[in-house]
Amino acid sequence: MFIELAHFALILALVVALAQTVVPMVGAARGWRGWMTFAEPAATSQLILISFSFAVLTWAFVVSDFSVELVYANSHTAKPMLYKISGVWGNHEGSMLLWVLILALFGAFAAWFGSNLPATLRARVLAVQGSISVAFLVFILFTSNPFVRIAVPPLNGRDLNPLLQDPGLAFHPPFLYLGYVGLSMTFSFAVAALIEGRVDAAWGRWVRPWTLAAWMFLTVGIALGSWWAYYELGWGGFWFWDPVENASFMPWLIAAALLHSAIVVEKRETLKSWTILLAILAFGFSLLGAFIVRSGVLTSVHAFANDPERGMLILLILGVYLGGALTLFAARAGVMQSHGAFGTVSRESALVLNNILLAVSAFVVFIGTIWPLVAEMVFGRTLSVGPPFFDAAFTPFMVLLAIALPLGSLLAWKRGKLGRAKGPLVGLVVLSVALALLAYAVYAGRSMVGPAGVALGVWVVGGAVLDLWMRAGRGPVGDRLRRLVRLPRGDWGKTVAHLGMGVTIFGIAAMTAWNVEDIRAVNIGESYDVDNYNVTLTSVDAVKGPNYDSTMAVLTISHNGGTPFILTPEKRFYPVAQMPTTEAAIQNGILRDVYVVIGDPQANGGYAVRVYIKPFANWIWGGAILMSLGGLISLTDRRLRIAVGARKQSTVPAE
Amino acid sequence: MKWLAVILCLWAVPAFAVDPSEVLDDPVLEERARDISQGLRCPVCQNESIDESNAPISRELRVLLRERLLAGDTDAEVRDYLVARFGEFVLLEPDRSGVNVILWWAAPTLLLLALAIGWAVIRRKPTDRDPSLTEEERAELNRILDS
Repeated sequence: MFIELAHFALILALVVALAQTVVPMVGAARGWRGWMTFAEPAATSQLILISFSFAVLTWAFVVSDFSVELVYANSHTAKPMLYKISGVWGNHEGSMLLWVLILALFGAFAAWFGSNLPATLRARVLAVQGSISVAFLVFILFTSNPFVRIAVPPLNGRDLNPLLQDPGLAFHPPFLYLGYVGLSMTFSFAVAALIEGRVDAAWGRWVRPWTLAAWMFLTVGIALGSWWAYYELGWGGFWFWDPVENASFMPWLIAAALLHSAIVVEKRETLKSWTILLAILAFGFSLLGAFIVRSGVLTSVHAFANDPERGMLILLILGVYLGGALTLFAARAGVMQSHGAFGTVSRESALVLNNILLAVSAFVVFIGTIWPLVAEMVFGRTLSVGPPFFDAAFTPFMVLLAIALPLGSLLAWKRGKLGRAKGPLVGLVVLSVALALLAYAVYAGRSMVGPAGVALGVWVVGGAVLDLWMRAGRGPVGDRLRRLVRLPRGDWGKTVAHLGMGVTIFGIAAMTAWNVEDIRAVNIGESYDVDNYNVTLTSVDAVKGPNYDSTMAVLTISHNGGTPFILTPEKRFYPVAQMPTTEAAIQNGILRDVYVVIGDPQANGGYAVRVYIKPFANWIWGGAILMSLGGLISLTDRRLRIAVGARKQSTVPAE
Repeated sequence: MKWLAVILCLWAVPAFAVDPSEVLDDPVLEERARDISQGLRCPVCQNESIDESNAPISRELRVLLRERLLAGDTDAEVRDYLVARFGEFVLLEPDRSGVNVILWWAAPTLLLLALAIGWAVIRRKPTDRDPSLTEEERAELNRILDS
């Protein structure tokens, strides 16, 4: 009965969302305070209703209620509890429910913590947010109802795709959705500001925490997905330029641009229309991502729920929201005049460059992702756009961005001179080049990507540290350190995030350039050398897991004759899903990962064994963690918290 | 369920791609073979190179391209040979002919355009102050921003 109640709660949530869209919007237009304040209880009750729905569905998965079709199709009694729960969003219907839950969560947060926003702006933000909920609740209720029952419940379920039964992937979608859907908040703020007809510094400051939060979650989500691909897919890659990965990467790039341009709006009251446009586009790319993942128009290893009809509906939502917002944007362009003047060489100019590079690089990803579709539909050419294109077309933008970053971050607002940063910067250039040459010498004859990555990484990391150090002012080191501690959190966040960017750039370059790979057929007991490592295949055993059968190899590995360690890569077979998976075994290290995979038995006895030495692999995700940590630190800045209540309520605009 | 079935065929078994038995004895030739196979798409899988894919057809293609290399073909000839049989779909790096010019040149063009617009914006003579703000509002705004 709870299942039916949950379904009913979802329908009620739709009704509430409809009211949340209409009532506050009318109230704000007419200046009726009572109608405007309706938004807050509406947002709260929407959250309560959808939470109830979600909780019931989760419960159905936990107790394996196979009378619910979704549970039957995606769960099994023998599955570990963690994956019973993550199975809720490991499928199309459940993940859409998670999507609207997060949508309602963000709406409720805006209602609870936006109490000091001007009443009309708050009402309009919540109304726009409510309208997005309406679209997705309609989508769920009419095409993807998770609460469909089976008349005669089967005895057991069909299990979750074994590849998804993994801790990394259990938490990857929630973070990704927090990011995707978080961008709906910036969208709502942008549209509300356009309706309101004013975009000012205070707006820039209000929209920043939401952008920061969304970007931070998106960073974590993307990093988790990439880390999962690294250890689970069994060939040690971490990024495949797959359409679905690109779908999450485009909003990330745009959100990063928005993060920076909102600072310009806040501090300098300029770049307003551009910032509004970015806020609209960021969510547009989120919706595009949803379309790509769920429509199946673009073939992808991640293909999730390939259903053209659902795809059409998402495309419709995308068209209505993006088209509507852009039309509004065009109509209201006049209200977004910029005021702050700045010199050609200044922080503002540097941030303009940052935005251009990030936006155009997002466009590279976009055109590469949709080109196979366009080429086939318009020009009748069936072709593929794969990693070689993206590597060639995307990388230059990141290189330029990395080169410009330390210079830009050290410039002052308005009219910038590098001034006293000039000396240390020259030193930093020398250091970067010297370390790159060292890397070149150590890895003689290998790809030039490695040394280039070292130079860029050192340059960006050094630039971030130098930036913070310069902010501490002049004087003796002790005074500077004391001032350093008291710097606003925003400054620390900036430094940590930029540090992370440098670390990730280095990690990607190092792993790409200096990866060592060895594939061979090995007999049990046989011993051989890979790089500086001695590898022995000690044994291969059959092992029984909770819901799978495993062939587990035991490899004894030692570095330069040091203390040996044991790695146990597996091949698993999941009988319910009739699907094999590979579990790579990895010895993580700061300087390198040792990554081993066991393959099929060979005709002449023995097993195929693949050994990788992946230098600095963890730096890629370490950098991503630093980037999101930087976002988190920034988010705790006192100025942002105060900003939530910055503009006075008395500024109700004239009708 | 349908999507499960779809995933089953999409996600080619993520085990081993290149098998030790396929590897050529000549390391230089093998290196070239790996390079080429990383740029070729598995025709039946979804967005995987034949180097990564475990599908039988990928294995055949890997063996086939190694045979061509042993026969003395250049890298380009091997690619052309496979494109002639499987279409340009197998190329992960699309060529630069015909309409693909748009794909390759759209972003550089856009970059130049964006830089030009950016330059114009930066050099623009600014309007002085926000006329929509009253004097008190501006003072209030400054107070907030300085806090």
